[in-house]
Amino acid sequence: MTPSSLLALGHAPLDLAAVLLLAFGLKRLGRVSTARAANRLAALAMTLAVVGLLLHQGLLGWPWILAGTLVGSGLGWWTAHRVAMTAMPQIVALFNGCGGMSSLLVALAAAGLPGETSALAMGSIVISVLVGAITFSGSLVAMAKLQEWLDTPAWTQRPSRHLVNIALAVACVGCSVLAFTPLVPTALSLALLATLALVLGVGLTLPIGGADMPVVISLLNSYSGVAAAAAGFVVGSRLLIVAGAMVGAAGLILTSVMCTAMNRSLLSVLFGGALGSGAQAGGADQGEYQNITSCSPEECAMTLEGARRVVFVPGYGLAVAQAQHSLREVAQLLERHGVDVKYAIHPVAGRMPGHMNVLLAEADVPYDQLVEMEAINPDFPRTDVVIVLGANDVVNPQARTDPQSPLFGMPVLHVEEATTVFVVKRSLGAGYAGIRNGLFECQNTSMVFGDAKQVLNSLLQELRELGVGKVDNRRQAPVLAG
Amino acid sequence: MTDLLPMDEALWVLLLGSLLGLELIGKVPPSLHTPLMSGANAISGITLLAALTLIATAPSPLLQAVGAVALAFALYNVVGGFLVTDRMLAMFRRRGDDR
Repeated sequence: MTPSSLLALGHAPLDLAAVLLLAFGLKRLGRVSTARAANRLAALAMTLAVVGLLLHQGLLGWPWILAGTLVGSGLGWWTAHRVAMTAMPQIVALFNGCGGMSSLLVALAAAGLPGETSALAMGSIVISVLVGAITFSGSLVAMAKLQEWLDTPAWTQRPSRHLVNIALAVACVGCSVLAFTPLVPTALSLALLATLALVLGVGLTLPIGGADMPVVISLLNSYSGVAAAAAGFVVGSRLLIVAGAMVGAAGLILTSVMCTAMNRSLLSVLFGGALGSGAQAGGADQGEYQNITSCSPEECAMTLEGARRVVFVPGYGLAVAQAQHSLREVAQLLERHGVDVKYAIHPVAGRMPGHMNVLLAEADVPYDQLVEMEAINPDFPRTDVVIVLGANDVVNPQARTDPQSPLFGMPVLHVEEATTVFVVKRSLGAGYAGIRNGLFECQNTSMVFGDAKQVLNSLLQELRELGVGKVDNRRQAPVLAG
Repeated sequence: MTDLLPMDEALWVLLLGSLLGLELIGKVPPSLHTPLMSGANAISGITLLAALTLIATAPSPLLQAVGAVALAFALYNVVGGFLVTDRMLAMFRRRGDDR
């Protein structure tokens, strides 16, 4: 391919504009007021980049381009419109895996192009194949775990898994070296590398517990950026290198932010095995719950009627029960009654940081009522009623008090400091991480057993029967401060 | 092979791009982590450019077909990624905001 220098200059401005817009897009995605426009800006940048490239290389092979575009965009559009908000983390994992697969395929095909393959090109191909394959299989495992198609089998927790993974990694390095030598056909060594790397991706992800999957997806997102940058080296595209490197680096930052929120180190997420599995969950804290108090929605409603300050703690269980809308109705009723209502959002509520905000936003809960953990924790002592809905590990007081607990050190919501705590839960089962929760045994805690949606609906009915929220029954707005 | 960038130039581009990425994501409210991850993930589908180049330069239908499959995978990532991000962000509203 020998483009005239004029043509090469022809698309450089478009490429530069695309990089600028991508950078602005990523930056402005970090603020609520600008995020939506920023996402569109990034999409525009991507379009500019494609237009620039097509201007540069012409429409060579257009039937193939058309076919790939129709299939990929069509399926992408269909998936994006069909997916439920609760399934967002696993869909991001699926999309991410497909990006990795694309880099893998490009690199494999590039190795098959005629002509001399330089050492730099081969190095880029090897990295693209390796990282692309790990991204693909790792993302699919992450998706399957979040979708609860896969659990974390006990045999994956054996220490010998490290040996298997190390052996796989060494074999991958061996295949990579082989690709540079004429000893075996390049196609063979690369195919072997791809296969081994796919298995390695599974081997690395399978032992990690479901609760840590957000960190894994974020890291794999970073990997797919690295794979894209390597593909950029393969085809000689500055734009691809910049964008891939940008996403790779940004993904690393996001990963470390998530680790901080969960009080996990990246190393322990990757190599420490699943939380709450086998020996880790052991210790003096196992056994049946004792001194559990439970109550009916009616009693809960009567307590709420006299409350001035109520905090809801929504968790993934709420979203699974599709109860966000019922929750909003209860909250609105209480607000009309003059109650100060807030939602306490733990950084990892839901399946991923920020997931709960999205789920509540879907139910039209205004985001200025959502209060983050650091901001709301000092307020719990002067909160009358806390209602925990489908959250578990993020309200576990043992994370603060019990060094034996696997959660010890994780920042949690201090709900037990409120006057009364209601925990709406179907049964006394363990949380997503499989860890026992001492909150249920606290003196000021009452369990309200049942499906979150049913409980909220009966709560709504009871509150209405008590006359809560009726306009003529409105009491004076309470003094909110103090 | 397609034409390659000079090694040093490519490495400079890589370095500066990485530094840019490290700086771009600084303080982000946790509420935006999921949309941000999803948006960044859509951008990583930019590998579709490599698939397009491959289709244009591949000498055989087989390699072109591989390129087309790679393009489909990348576009699935890009189109799906931007659309779900938009769906999520469309729902962030303050009290009293109109749709």
